[in-house]
Amino acid sequence: MINSHDILETINMIDNENLDVRTITMGISLLDCIDEDIDRACGKIYDKICRYAKDLVRTGESISKDYGIPIIHKRIAVTPIAMLAAACPTKNPVKFAETLDKAALQVGVNFVGGYSALVHKGFAPGDYALIESIPEALAMTERVCSSVNIGTTKAGINMDAVAKMGKVIRKSAELTADRECIGAAKLVVFCNAPEDNPFMAGAFHGPGEPDCVINVGVSGPGVVRAAVAKAGECNITEIADIVKKTAFKITRAGMLVAGEASKRLSVPFGIVDLSLAPTPAIGDSVAHILEEMGLEECGAYGTTACLALLNDAVKKGGVMASSHVGGLSGAFIPVTEDAGMIDAARSKTLTLTKLEAMTAVCSVGLDMIAIPGNTPSDVISGIIADEAAIGMVNSKTTAVRLIPAIGKKAGEELNFGGLLGGGPIMDVNMKSPSKFISRGGRIPAPMQSLKN
Amino acid sequence: MNAVITVLGKDNVGILAAVSGECAKVGVNIVEVTQSVLQGMFAMIMFVDISNSTIPFSELVDMLTEKGEEKGVKIHVMHEDIFNAMHKI
Repeated sequence: MINSHDILETINMIDNENLDVRTITMGISLLDCIDEDIDRACGKIYDKICRYAKDLVRTGESISKDYGIPIIHKRIAVTPIAMLAAACPTKNPVKFAETLDKAALQVGVNFVGGYSALVHKGFAPGDYALIESIPEALAMTERVCSSVNIGTTKAGINMDAVAKMGKVIRKSAELTADRECIGAAKLVVFCNAPEDNPFMAGAFHGPGEPDCVINVGVSGPGVVRAAVAKAGECNITEIADIVKKTAFKITRAGMLVAGEASKRLSVPFGIVDLSLAPTPAIGDSVAHILEEMGLEECGAYGTTACLALLNDAVKKGGVMASSHVGGLSGAFIPVTEDAGMIDAARSKTLTLTKLEAMTAVCSVGLDMIAIPGNTPSDVISGIIADEAAIGMVNSKTTAVRLIPAIGKKAGEELNFGGLLGGGPIMDVNMKSPSKFISRGGRIPAPMQSLKN
Repeated sequence: MNAVITVLGKDNVGILAAVSGECAKVGVNIVEVTQSVLQGMFAMIMFVDISNSTIPFSELVDMLTEKGEEKGVKIHVMHEDIFNAMHKI
């Protein structure tokens, strides 16, 4: 029999500490939709998504009701569209984005990820056209998310792509300047992008994945913060243990939902992504966990150490709770989506340089950061190159999702609303890396031995 | 199939009767009840067997949530698997 303490603990987590399953993401392969006629390809894409995902939202809602646990998002990730664009290289790939948007609306999901290209070693047919079209695609659609992988530990960093992406991020913001530059918030530049990540904006269905798969992303920063707070006076070893135990419970809830979704939709279960994904809601902040560990404010010295502990303990606790783990797995630090980070950025305790250090130990990278509207594309490319280098050398995923706030300067604010939140525009070091960025070429893959 | 009904809130007359009455109406069998009142706060945990329920689980959830609102308490109805998953290895 289940004891009443456990029952009340779960209910308290859901009612007061924002425990939720963040997303059920259905990965759908579109490789069988490739066609040299773009209209025919789009027709096949629309049909396949609508057929496979027709019950996704309803099933998510019914699981949520049965188990009493909120499931916030139901989403779709598809094969990188550049692979489909390769078959019709002379056509504007924006048509694919419009099709994805329409299919997402039809099945009722709020985002579809996969307007993507994997160019870490170079551009194949379709890749360049797709990357060129990203700003227009993101401006014209509401639900489509885009990502580009520009580096890996095994391949090195494609600096031509880095240079290009600086421009693409700026252009995405410019084309949506009347909507808080939202285009750039739907675009992620990756190093070591995972193929099974269920979280937006970086989700896509990798070429090594099966035809259709269910991936689940768990969350629960509020639960972890509350558990640390309840612990009171204890040493850091005990804190790590508390985080592990809490992450285990959160992940088990995610695993239950994943198994149930897989069964009800008759789609194989892929992975659970063990992530602490914050929202702007009070009590759902990763920064507040770090502060609960004993920092005056997130960004103070000690932040990187606390984040390293948190990130590692979340994985250790979660791994045993799920039969397959993947995606990004760890603590996210998206600035505009985290109430504690927003406050710390406003008070300038949290700076871009500190965030860069934090990305070396967290699960993703420089995420949801508003930067001054006059930031040149070369500076953005420089930031991407630095971030990719951290990921490449440390064999981890790093990402850059920056939002140039067109027409605004540091200290002013952007406000996206909803889960994307809002926050201050952060100071950026404007010294130019132009010559380095314009050289092009590739940074060779790093040594995998002699590690120091 | 078992579910767990929890009732949390300010103690008042007839909460247990209201919840068990609703259960009886739709063929939900009460297996075990634990209840306590601490400083005026009412906490009840009820294990119920829903295999012979005459309505779908989601309707039971809605019905009892509504009843809770009427009585000024918070009622959760959840499948027992969520607790087993989170608290048992």
